[in-house]
Amino acid sequence: MTEPDKVLLTLKVNDAVHEVAVEARRTLADTLRHDLELTGTHVACEHGVCGACTVLVDGDPARSCLMFAAQAEGSEIRTVESLAGDDGSLSDLQTAFSANHGLQCGFCTPGFLMLAEGFLAERPDADREEIREVVSSNLCRCTGYQTIVDSIQDCAERRRNAKEASA
Amino acid sequence: MTFGTATGDGERGAGFRVDGTWVGAPVTRKEDPRLLTGGARFVDDIHLPRMLHAAFVRSTVASGHVTSVDLSRVLEVPGVVAAFTAEDLDLGDITPRLDRPPEEYTETSMPILARDRVRFVGEPVAVVLAEDPYAAEDGIEAADVTYDVTPPVLSEEQALAPEANAVHEQAPGNVLLDVSMFASDGIDDVFAEAPCVVQVHTRTGRQNALPLETRGVVAGWDSRAEQLLVQTCTQVPHQVRTVLAGSLGMAESTVRVLVPDMGGGFGIKCVVGREEIAVAAASIRVRRPVKWIEDRKDALSASFLAREQRYDARAAFDETGRILGLDVDVLCDMGAYSCYPFTVGIEPLMASSEMPGVYRVPAYRVRGRAIATNKAPTAPYRGVSRPQHVMVMERLVERAARELGLDPLEVRRRNLITVFPYTGVNNVTYDPGSYLESLNLCERVIADEGWYETRRAAADQGRVLGIGYSCFNERTGYGSDAFAKRKMQAVPGFDISEIRMDTAGAVVVTTGTMSHGQSHETTMAQIVADKLGLPLDKVKIQQGDTDRVAYGWGSFASRSITIGGTAVALAAGNLGGKLLDLGAHLLETPRDNVELGDEGVRQRDDPARGLSYRDIADVAYLKSHLLPKETEPGLQASASFDGVGDGTFSNASHGVVVELHRDTGRVEILRYVCVEDCGVAINPQVVDGQARGGIAQGIAGALFEKVTYDENGEPSAASFLDYKVPTACEIPDVGMHHIETPCLFTDNGAKGAGEGGTIGAPAAVLNAVNDALRPTGVELNDTPITPQQVFDALTGALEVAP
Ligand code: FES
Ligand code: FES
Repeated sequence: MTEPDKVLLTLKVNDAVHEVAVEARRTLADTLRHDLELTGTHVACEHGVCGACTVLVDGDPARSCLMFAAQAEGSEIRTVESLAGDDGSLSDLQTAFSANHGLQCGFCTPGFLMLAEGFLAERPDADREEIREVVSSNLCRCTGYQTIVDSIQDCAERRRNAKEASA
Repeated sequence: MTFGTATGDGERGAGFRVDGTWVGAPVTRKEDPRLLTGGARFVDDIHLPRMLHAAFVRSTVASGHVTSVDLSRVLEVPGVVAAFTAEDLDLGDITPRLDRPPEEYTETSMPILARDRVRFVGEPVAVVLAEDPYAAEDGIEAADVTYDVTPPVLSEEQALAPEANAVHEQAPGNVLLDVSMFASDGIDDVFAEAPCVVQVHTRTGRQNALPLETRGVVAGWDSRAEQLLVQTCTQVPHQVRTVLAGSLGMAESTVRVLVPDMGGGFGIKCVVGREEIAVAAASIRVRRPVKWIEDRKDALSASFLAREQRYDARAAFDETGRILGLDVDVLCDMGAYSCYPFTVGIEPLMASSEMPGVYRVPAYRVRGRAIATNKAPTAPYRGVSRPQHVMVMERLVERAARELGLDPLEVRRRNLITVFPYTGVNNVTYDPGSYLESLNLCERVIADEGWYETRRAAADQGRVLGIGYSCFNERTGYGSDAFAKRKMQAVPGFDISEIRMDTAGAVVVTTGTMSHGQSHETTMAQIVADKLGLPLDKVKIQQGDTDRVAYGWGSFASRSITIGGTAVALAAGNLGGKLLDLGAHLLETPRDNVELGDEGVRQRDDPARGLSYRDIADVAYLKSHLLPKETEPGLQASASFDGVGDGTFSNASHGVVVELHRDTGRVEILRYVCVEDCGVAINPQVVDGQARGGIAQGIAGALFEKVTYDENGEPSAASFLDYKVPTACEIPDVGMHHIETPCLFTDNGAKGAGEGGTIGAPAAVLNAVNDALRPTGVELNDTPITPQQVFDALTGALEVAP
């Protein structure tokens, strides 16, 4: 029995630099979850459909089950663990999900959070229909989606209001 | 009874209590912070030292005899540590039982790993353990299993054919359950003499409950605790312990089942699976912890499924649309095995007992059958049979309305039960509900929103719109008496709760129910906080641990808040009694002069005089010499609760507006309105969430999801690319409205809220589609409704209903 060949990678995740030795075929999702112990990113299909594994790669939402860890070298990865403050305080997006009951079992939630985080950074003025369109890229089996759309819309509106108020 | 006066989406009616109590307040959930930050712990997040990873060698044939299993090449795969067959592990079978005579029920067993026979594609044959999951997958590729293939039984026709192969030797005709629970005297005469008899023949597609988190387990011997620690996502931890210990031949006390955070269940996780037992046994053999996480392909094809049913139903009506009789034959394709503890009777018995639903049905005959086929087995799935039989019942009403030239809502109104308690022909006593009121409100909302005008205007433009309703109830809070009527040998029903107050005056409360997304940590804390005058953060709910929870039946059948919620309330009440005893003693005032207040006991005649719980706990734990002689130290109490009589019925009416697209046959839902009555809502936001999520799953069954097989029994929808799970683009916003008819026997007046959404959606959607199709004369009966069927109906290619 021989150990399968491993490659040594340098990954930048949530502003921290990690060195990991993984098999070339290891997905980014598995590397984040099982090598870096960032288990907030979930896996529910492993073929790019459900979006539970969504993380930000250089700011854009990406399915971490469809990427090899090796492909993420040189990129800035952000996972759900990066959203809350250092003291554990929830971000405005996380707060909006809780306030709008945008999660039940919570298994899909990290994926939706990272999807929304990336999307709102790109499209802060998005309206409800655009948000719904984006929400439709991930699956949730518990909520019926309405409150996920509500949560993201609520967060977007609050950000816009805050911006206006400070302008 | 109080009425909701909600005017818009999500707005709460006057029926909700907002008088400063926790119960009734839409408080944000205690579960949320950890789930939002990545701090939750799901089963795949668990990592133990020296842990191995399991994968299963699964049958590639639907039906056959295993002629050889050769795992020698598996063991040569790098990273593979061990591989076991059924013979190696020698485990006891899972045998669910019903107390019914052999002519009604044939007992069958599910082996943990297939031995001589395989009965569906995906059935586990061997388990492979490796250092990582990739190597385990490589390992199963190297297994060499040969089969003597026999023709599979894949449909009702094949199962019941005289020359059919037997899926189980004990049941040569493939009928595992055949029960006629009710047959009113003279029912044939009722039908012979009735002025109007309508028939509905319906088939509903096989479906997957599809929690986003697949099944999984981490098992390993804990040598310090001298216990097998089984961490698994199950709705029924104690039942898993019982079956697992039995199968391994261990004492139950040497097994601890611990449930981590759970990513949904919806019924599929409320039966005992074989994989968790195989993994536990394998972990003992290799003396290392073992993890198994089901992949999506196996979850879609080799897990537990549900809902494949066929109804032949007729109903007799008088000229005014009153129901005279109901005669139903329901046949459920339960797949290869019976599930523990519910058995293959789960679907046919539910349909048989509940079919009359919200209507006064004077004469009733039903035959319910469960057949075995070479497909993955079945388990309860949210609503169990009710989404189907409500749809059939609502179709019968709609058919009669058409035959008699009456308004279908008027036909419903003439038949709805309005006087409670009502004992039906099905020998069930219904507690008060708002059947008529919910239907009226639902119609009014749809009308007030202008949908009838929209439908008319759309028709003028050549668009095809339809409006449909469903009206139904849902029995929740089944007690042991109600379950005993189903004749299960393991009879669920009660729940036990234990409560402890610590030295700081905070409490920990156990529940035997098991949240997998329903928010028990919040809603049960709301109940307890009110009972004891505590803030929410001083109440912690403990569930899902067979060592810490005395016993429990878990969560299913919308039982948690009715049964479990009442048990925690009673336990808290008992602790409150102790606090009052002790408080009165320490305040040196009569017992009837003290009451529970804000985190303490205070004197009625002088509220300024009181003791905080911390003060009382200080005596109970740290200065017990001050306790009265007969009083034991510590602050703990317990209580149990069992459902009363036939349980309590939640009810709802759904109204749906659809548009059918002529060019594609697509059914688009333009509006969805739900008027629900689950009694007192402990947390209205959670109730709305349960309804909306349930409705999404009901729509999924009505329009999208179907488990299919090719002619060899190979699953043909084993990925999300083929099994069409609806997204935010297919699921509409749902306008929620509430009526509150409190339950008379639960502590808070709450009724269950977990399943109603799923139950009402298929009927309402189907009725709306048929309403839209009215000009074509076509009436559809089967689900999922496909775009092809709608397209054919709109282009005149479908036969018009007789
Ligand atoms: S797990 Fe990556 S998309 Fe489903
Ligand atoms: S909250 Fe359970 S899958 Fe979305």
